[in-house]
Amino acid sequence: MSFWTRHQVFEKNSIILIVGILAVIAIGGLVEITPLFYLKSTIEVVEGIRPYTPLELTGRNIYVREGCYLCHSQMVRPLRDEVERYGHFSLAAESMYDHPFQWGSKRTGPDLARVGAKYSDEWHLAHLVNPRSIVPQSVMPGYPYLAKAELDTATIADHLRVNRIVGVPYSDDQIANAVSDLKAQADPDSADVDAFAKRYPKAIARNFDGKAGVPTEMDALIAYLQMLGTLVDFKLYNEKANLR
Amino acid sequence: MSQSRSTKWMTHGEAGLTAFFLASAFLCLIAAAKALDTAFAFHAALGGVASMMAVFAIFNRYFERPSSPAFQGIEGRPDYNLGPIKFSAVMAVFWGIAGFAVGLVIASQLAWPGLNFDLPWTSFGRLRPLHTSAVIFAFGGNVLIATSFYVVQKTSRVRLAGDLAPWFVVLGYNFFIVIAGTGYLLGVTQSKEYAEPEWYADLWLTIVWVTYLLVFLMTLVKRKEPHIFVANWFYLAFIITIAVLHLGNNPALPVSVFGSKSYIAWGGVQDAMFQWWYGHNAVGFFLTAGFLAIMYYFIPKRAERPIYSYRLSIIHFWALIFLYIWAGPHHLHYTALPDWAQTLGMTFSIMLWMPSWGGMINGLMTLSGAWDKLRTDPVLRMLVVSVAFYGMATFEGPLMSIKVVNSLSHYTDWTIGHVHSGALGWVGFVSFGALYCLVPWLWDRKGLYSLKLVNWHFWIATIGIVLYISAMWVSGILQGLMWRAYTSLGFLEYSFIESVEAMHPFYVIRAAGGALFLIGSLIMAYNLWMTVRVGEAEEAMPMPRASAVALQPAE
Repeated sequence: MSFWTRHQVFEKNSIILIVGILAVIAIGGLVEITPLFYLKSTIEVVEGIRPYTPLELTGRNIYVREGCYLCHSQMVRPLRDEVERYGHFSLAAESMYDHPFQWGSKRTGPDLARVGAKYSDEWHLAHLVNPRSIVPQSVMPGYPYLAKAELDTATIADHLRVNRIVGVPYSDDQIANAVSDLKAQADPDSADVDAFAKRYPKAIARNFDGKAGVPTEMDALIAYLQMLGTLVDFKLYNEKANLR
Repeated sequence: MSQSRSTKWMTHGEAGLTAFFLASAFLCLIAAAKALDTAFAFHAALGGVASMMAVFAIFNRYFERPSSPAFQGIEGRPDYNLGPIKFSAVMAVFWGIAGFAVGLVIASQLAWPGLNFDLPWTSFGRLRPLHTSAVIFAFGGNVLIATSFYVVQKTSRVRLAGDLAPWFVVLGYNFFIVIAGTGYLLGVTQSKEYAEPEWYADLWLTIVWVTYLLVFLMTLVKRKEPHIFVANWFYLAFIITIAVLHLGNNPALPVSVFGSKSYIAWGGVQDAMFQWWYGHNAVGFFLTAGFLAIMYYFIPKRAERPIYSYRLSIIHFWALIFLYIWAGPHHLHYTALPDWAQTLGMTFSIMLWMPSWGGMINGLMTLSGAWDKLRTDPVLRMLVVSVAFYGMATFEGPLMSIKVVNSLSHYTDWTIGHVHSGALGWVGFVSFGALYCLVPWLWDRKGLYSLKLVNWHFWIATIGIVLYISAMWVSGILQGLMWRAYTSLGFLEYSFIESVEAMHPFYVIRAAGGALFLIGSLIMAYNLWMTVRVGEAEEAMPMPRASAVALQPAE
């Protein structure tokens, strides 16, 4: 029997054909994906990575909702020009608590992996409301409605809880105080700021949108943008230890 | 007769599906009442209304049908089930035009940002997934469902399996599209490209897709032909693999069962790998394997020639599905994905060139002895040019997957151009060709209303594609070069915004190309509409020439 005759077993039996297809398509995925879950070298060991604060997480969800990832990547590649333009190349560890990841696939606008602390809050506010007021050649849409939308904080603790189930190490303390932490981060004069700073070391509490009162979506989004890429102190980062 | 009327019962399928939709209407009502966000309330209400309409439709159909079970056909002449196929074909044309139009809008937004109007539901970030989902899943998906249901019946010589199931598939699938599309506009997205719909839409799609698989498979199981026709292997691989990819990429935990937001189970680097394993194989199996099935049936039929080489199609099939699944990591070159995975992705992407071109050769050489038809039959020309575009895109793909090339091309418009030479040239043209064949067959027309209009469609769309992809080549490579340009003193030469400014003329040309492609599809819609409305009826033939030509069993 030739190969071609033997192949008829697939041509004449739909169930055998299905089993054949499943076996053939399973191999590539298994080989490429499963090791990422157990190879220790996949994610670098690095100081400083913490879960998002409730306000940052809310801002991140707005970033996702508005489809920012379609024009902005969050992944600096280890190429000379990118490192000079954006900063240290991105580590896998820096997105280890990202559900979903926001590496992106297109740069209609610049990479945002290290945009945190590069511009002032006022810059971001004006730029998000009307990008062309700051950068005349920009093709970015304006998001004036974010400044008017007050945040609904009712379910934020559930958001943290679900994140913990999928692998983000939020503590009971952080979940229990999610609402007060969210409000404190947007209001530096609040009495809860000290407790917030203890739960999220080095997180910045500021009135991001410059307006008093209930935090807005603009507060959340700017809080998120201002922390991007700032968690790892690359002066202390040991590159050799993480060679892979 | 009175006796048969008294014994008329609902079938198990009818009763079961009625119960299913009553339960679903009830659950949707509760969900709408307790919803945490407006988008979820809106979708739950839509689900409730659709469920009640489904119950009504099932009853209506039950009262109108005779008491005997569905007619399966007289000996040797199956009663093919064409209703769901007609519906899917019409929806394909509708969604195609809608998807191309949204594409034109977002292309124009990039050239003239004022068109975003600074409103949430008109901004680029929400319209872009609407465009990609409308063209890939709504247009492409309906073409695939329509042609697969047609081809599997004709090449198996049996009626489609299931009575209500095929209708459930086409209606349920289009309902998924509505939920997904309106969700994007309302900001409901999980931000995984080409897998943006949230958890409840994903669950619904899973139910519909499993039914699709069962209908297709059970039709194959009861076939009257000894061999499973080549096109059906590709359809089967497409349906099964899309199911696997959908399940692998979408496991998410909703924050509340009464809200739209969920968090994906995978995080960071693993999520990225899952996403592009899915994303690249949505291309490989949805946009390639599925449409190759169309190539393997419609080109031989239209050219009235057998497939060039049966053995080549065997090699093509197994090599393609084995190699494609590895190619995902080439979307993640130089990222934080480990190097070994990137290297694997690149290696297999380059190898993929061979089966891709093997398939192209098999499609093109099917015209051996019938090349003259390209002069007289614009539909065949469209099908053949689609295969040529397939060859071009599958050469460009492996090239761009090489790491050094990718370091320039990644994140630029070159990728967008590459996708569109495949999407407009290959998927678009092969779909248009299939629709031009299918509509006269489905509505029993002798031929199309006007071949001249097909010719206009072909040339206008071709010029549109050429404008689109050449504009994107230039802008993409220009962008890549500007980003890495240095002055003689060793400083970066351009700020980012200078590269944005330089794109403007190419974005205008791209929008013009897209407009031409849209105009072409409007011409097609008019032509198909007139074919159905005023086309000359096909004389009843005892047996359509059917698959006699297409079926070429192995020796």
